[in-house]
Amino acid sequence: MTKIKTLADLKKMRSSLKGEIELRQQSENPDSVVQVKVGMGTCGIVSGAKETITFFSEALRKRDIPAVVTQTGCMGYCHSEPTVEVTLQGKEPILFGNVDPAKADEIIEKYIKKGQLVDGVIPITFKTIED
Amino acid sequence: MADYKFHLLVCGGTGCHASNSDVLAENLKAELAEHKLSEEVQVVSTGCFGFCEKGPIVKVVPDNTFYTQVAPDDARDIVEEHVIKGRKVERLLYVDPNKKEQIGDSKHMDFYKKQLRIALRNCGFINPENIDEAIARDSYAAMAKVLSEMTPKDVIQVIKESGLRGRGGGGFPTGLKWEIAANNEADQKYVVCNADEGDPGAFMDRSILEGDPHTVLEAMAICGYSMGADKGVIYIRAEYPLAIHRLKVALKQAREYGLLGTNIMDTGFNHDIELRYGAGAFVCGEETALIRSMEGKRGEPTSKPPFPAQEGFNKKPTNVNNVETFANIPPIILKGSDWFSSIGSEKSKGTKVFALAGKINNVGLIEVPMGTTLREVIYEIGGGIKDGKKFKAVQTGGPSGGCLTEKHLDTPIDFDNLLAVGSMMGSGGMIVMDEDDCMVSVAKFFLEFTVEESCGKCAPCRIGNKRLHELLVKITEGKATKKDIRNMRNLCHVIKDTSLCGLGQTSPNPVLSTLENFYDEYMEHVENHNCPAGQCKALMRYYVLPDKCIGCGACARACPVGAISGERKKEHVIDQHLCIKCGACLEKCKFDSIIVK
Amino acid sequence: MVKLTIDGKAVEVEAGSTILDAAKKVGINIPTLCHMEMKDMCIENKPAGCRICVVEVEGRRNLAPSCATAVSEGMVVKTNTIRVLNARRVVMELILSDHPADCLVCAKNGNCDLQSMAQRLDVTEIRYAGVQSTYREDFSPSIIRDMDKCIMCRRCETMCNEVQTVGALSGVNRGFEAVVAPAFEQDLEKSVCTYCGQCVAVCPTGALTEVNNTNRVIAALANPKKKVVVQVAPAVRAALGEEFGLEPGTLVTGKMVAALRNLGFDSVFDTDFAADLTIMEEGTELLDRLTKHLNGEKTHLPILTSCCPAWVNFFEKQFPEFKDIPSTARSPQQMFGSIAKTYYADKIGVDRSDLIVVSIMPCLAKKYECQRDEFKVEGNPDVDFALTTRELGGLIKRANIDFNSLADEDFDKPLGESTGAGVIFGVTGGVIEAAVRTAYEVYTKKTLKSVDFTELRGMEGIRHATVDFDGLELNIGIAHGLGNARELLESIRRGENKFHAIEIMSCPGGCIGGGGQPWHHGKQDVLKARAKAIYAEDVGKTIRKSHENPYIIKLYEEFLGQPMSDKAHHLLHTNYFDREVKFEVKK
Repeated sequence: MTKIKTLADLKKMRSSLKGEIELRQQSENPDSVVQVKVGMGTCGIVSGAKETITFFSEALRKRDIPAVVTQTGCMGYCHSEPTVEVTLQGKEPILFGNVDPAKADEIIEKYIKKGQLVDGVIPITFKTIED
Repeated sequence: MADYKFHLLVCGGTGCHASNSDVLAENLKAELAEHKLSEEVQVVSTGCFGFCEKGPIVKVVPDNTFYTQVAPDDARDIVEEHVIKGRKVERLLYVDPNKKEQIGDSKHMDFYKKQLRIALRNCGFINPENIDEAIARDSYAAMAKVLSEMTPKDVIQVIKESGLRGRGGGGFPTGLKWEIAANNEADQKYVVCNADEGDPGAFMDRSILEGDPHTVLEAMAICGYSMGADKGVIYIRAEYPLAIHRLKVALKQAREYGLLGTNIMDTGFNHDIELRYGAGAFVCGEETALIRSMEGKRGEPTSKPPFPAQEGFNKKPTNVNNVETFANIPPIILKGSDWFSSIGSEKSKGTKVFALAGKINNVGLIEVPMGTTLREVIYEIGGGIKDGKKFKAVQTGGPSGGCLTEKHLDTPIDFDNLLAVGSMMGSGGMIVMDEDDCMVSVAKFFLEFTVEESCGKCAPCRIGNKRLHELLVKITEGKATKKDIRNMRNLCHVIKDTSLCGLGQTSPNPVLSTLENFYDEYMEHVENHNCPAGQCKALMRYYVLPDKCIGCGACARACPVGAISGERKKEHVIDQHLCIKCGACLEKCKFDSIIVK
Repeated sequence: MVKLTIDGKAVEVEAGSTILDAAKKVGINIPTLCHMEMKDMCIENKPAGCRICVVEVEGRRNLAPSCATAVSEGMVVKTNTIRVLNARRVVMELILSDHPADCLVCAKNGNCDLQSMAQRLDVTEIRYAGVQSTYREDFSPSIIRDMDKCIMCRRCETMCNEVQTVGALSGVNRGFEAVVAPAFEQDLEKSVCTYCGQCVAVCPTGALTEVNNTNRVIAALANPKKKVVVQVAPAVRAALGEEFGLEPGTLVTGKMVAALRNLGFDSVFDTDFAADLTIMEEGTELLDRLTKHLNGEKTHLPILTSCCPAWVNFFEKQFPEFKDIPSTARSPQQMFGSIAKTYYADKIGVDRSDLIVVSIMPCLAKKYECQRDEFKVEGNPDVDFALTTRELGGLIKRANIDFNSLADEDFDKPLGESTGAGVIFGVTGGVIEAAVRTAYEVYTKKTLKSVDFTELRGMEGIRHATVDFDGLELNIGIAHGLGNARELLESIRRGENKFHAIEIMSCPGGCIGGGGQPWHHGKQDVLKARAKAIYAEDVGKTIRKSHENPYIIKLYEEFLGQPMSDKAHHLLHTNYFDREVKFEVKK
């Protein structure tokens, strides 16, 4: 096994290992990172929510955006599945409909990165289904 | 590296382990494999989550869903429902005992809301048997910082400024302790980690060692660097097999990475750590007794001075700190003394881990900032008293602490405040009592423990505590006089004043504090031979209510000593001299005509 | 130097002194119970366990044990406040509450430190009565352990482990059940115990006492069919007076002989005579081994003395590989018994079974020694009963003899005649000095100018000296106390220290500090005074070299022939056994 010889070694090792627990780390303080919830009800899955959630988690990591991607049940907008709820730090959650990987890419690039709204926002009157 | 979308954190602490959490983890892995999800979902055995009341615990990351009392057979539902379908398994969710509603995730549980986890930061978070996870969580970063950027004096200065005080009970300033050990010149010095946790019901040290062993190893090395010790010893009780196992794994991994051993990180600093096993004597938690025990001698304390910092293990300067104290060191080094001293109360900085036990809803392990009130701990984190009963007292500081009452509930918990109200911090045991508890019996219970655990070296502790216990027995049997109470109080003060070590110096605390706070209850036993809580068996009386008794004779037939007499269809009478208070009559009577007073 | 105040008195003491020492300097006598310190003997017991000596120290939360608390500059100590007096008394009551109140029939009645402390602290009632701890009594050939009376002062443990390094006794169990016992609470007889009796010598109560043979001796004296003779060890005469209120170090040889005669012993003999005989045998053995060594023959050197039965037990149990090194000469007690029941019995025409040999010894191991199988002939022991100095004192008192007013009398002949060399057997260095006096003259065929080899005397634990045997440098080692003996043995094992001869005595100071001597209560001046008395007796003797004892010369002429002759070998020598204590672990 390689010995850790310097502070730099340790730091390097730490950052390479970070990914292993990143998910846990971020879920510790979900409010401080981008929260993405993908509706994974039957309707969502049928509509391709699985590809969407995979895309989100991979893309966000690749693009170095601290985020928590979770799944949730049906959000009641079966007509617009897959639905995705995005909560930016300190902002109200926004619900997007018909999110395929391409749409997801747009949400990341525009809304998550720059705060610009994109098409497909479902106007909602409730906050999140959990409250 | 697999790209996991879910982490299923399964508690692998001793409590959950005992409830088959290891089987549960295996089942989860099997279910995932069956659904070809092993690449997407990781099952991690972690240390203790602290919520032992409802173990085994499974926490789902990233959504923080908190499943309680999970049986091995529940693995299928968790995988099929939660992981695959995204639906929480509702029947496994935690139900708030007061609001009676399900709580979806740990972030919304009162138990966790008020907690601030420094010492327990990695417990329930990382796999303690995987050094990589620990490193990813900054383990050994503090050691690296110390070795590469700080002088030993700097380290001591930071610890001193942080205001950290010993978590083992005494509350002695840790930085000062290190400084004394550093200033004593010797060819060999030792760092000792006191993991001889012995308070009944306390398991904070065990949980840290089981959940985050590397933090202790790292802190010991930092301490070694600051005082010039290249050897560390962890004195751990042999009854902690899981903690011992995790420590052994951690030691092996740390050595392999070169984080322990010779020439650590090419700085020329050497430090290695060995384990010594204690045989489970409470007194060996006292540092001089611990050192004697490590030397293979009978575990009994010696007079101080000389302090271990002057003459300790093998007669060499030795610094002894408790596990929890060590667990606070790396964060202090990394985040600075200002950060640490901003937490807590004026004279007690940082947090403290408590083991909540007794008549409280959320039994378990918690960590809160110093200065949190007893009320917050008991009612908010602890979820209040079980079964809606009335709070009566809380014993802090383990068997050597004192019983505090309603009027102390708003006391901010810290070293000095607890001492001021006649109790102590101790290692952090907190036992809650409700209206059904007899305070004389409570004092008797704790004395039983100290009588058992006294080493027998000094007369006041060896004989005095025995006599104290005998007096308490006398009271609970209704045989004591007022004079006995006076003598008992005097005896308590003499034992405290003359005993050799902390065990004897504190053992009368439960008696003194209950005498102080529940004097009337004592006098009720003495003067009226009555136990208000109905706990003292010898003082109970069984009576037949004449107007309810129909004279069926069932009670008389059930009585094993023939204490009940009466003609058929006429009221029966219990002969109090013969009655042995077994309760058989009460059980047999179908007409509620037998009462206990 | 450190300045402090005790009870308002300013005092200045060396740094490192205890409060107890400092208080003594200004005439404040703080009571102590477990504490015992005999600096010259390297004996120190201060576990700070009894808590009787607690005092108030300003600024300290709890009371401090004065025996174990070092002074510090500006310290303000109060030894007699109401808080201290109350605490001290409660602690005393507690100790008494777990102690049998059978003082009137206790062996230590009148000599018990606990009893006198209770009196001193004016304890007249025990408010904290309760259950008492009870233990099985443990009888061995020499020592009785009655742990009901143990107060956990740990003095015996300190003696056994730190001073003697025997390791037979240690604290076992916890809390109220804590007690001092052999490993696994086995019988003392099965332990590594050597019966040196030092535990008994320091026990403050009646927890450790000797096996008392007084009644058996009284019965023997009353039996008209038996002829009863007595031998008295050298160290007894220097201490017996203490039993009768005389100053330590008062020689009472003449009164002692008179008292023994008054008690009805048919003859009063002297173990010193047998000591002279021992020198003849042991000295010859030394010269024999030395000659062989000088001739390049294989032999065992250094030669170790073998007079001390506890020492014999010690090497048999802990250094069995050395069992061929000690002299094979029996101890004086056993040589005496052997000669008495052969030579003397023949002389007076009495069958050995009708002759009772009683010995008065400063020692508890002698009680065991005389029961060893090697020292019996067809079941009849050479020495029937060994009494301690203390038991003799008791016997004299019981017989209504006013010891102090007795006129001096002389030992009987032939086994009562002795030289100064025999007398000094009672003190450390004495055996080897006696041996040198004879060996020198035999080896060099010259007469010594002075018989006083002061280089061999003293109280240091381990001493080295070189004696010039007319050109041959004889290296001599001396150790008293088994801890020192162990150190010497280990240095031999490591191949250091080329000694020709080594004297070992088990008890600190030699036999004068034996486990059977009047209680010294931890006062080392008592031992020093006894040593002085022994050397005074030596100087007072006309003959001071063993080989000049006319009755010894006669014994060889009439009976034994030559030293180390076959007969001498048969009657006066022995062999040693491997008696290492092994514990079997039952599975």
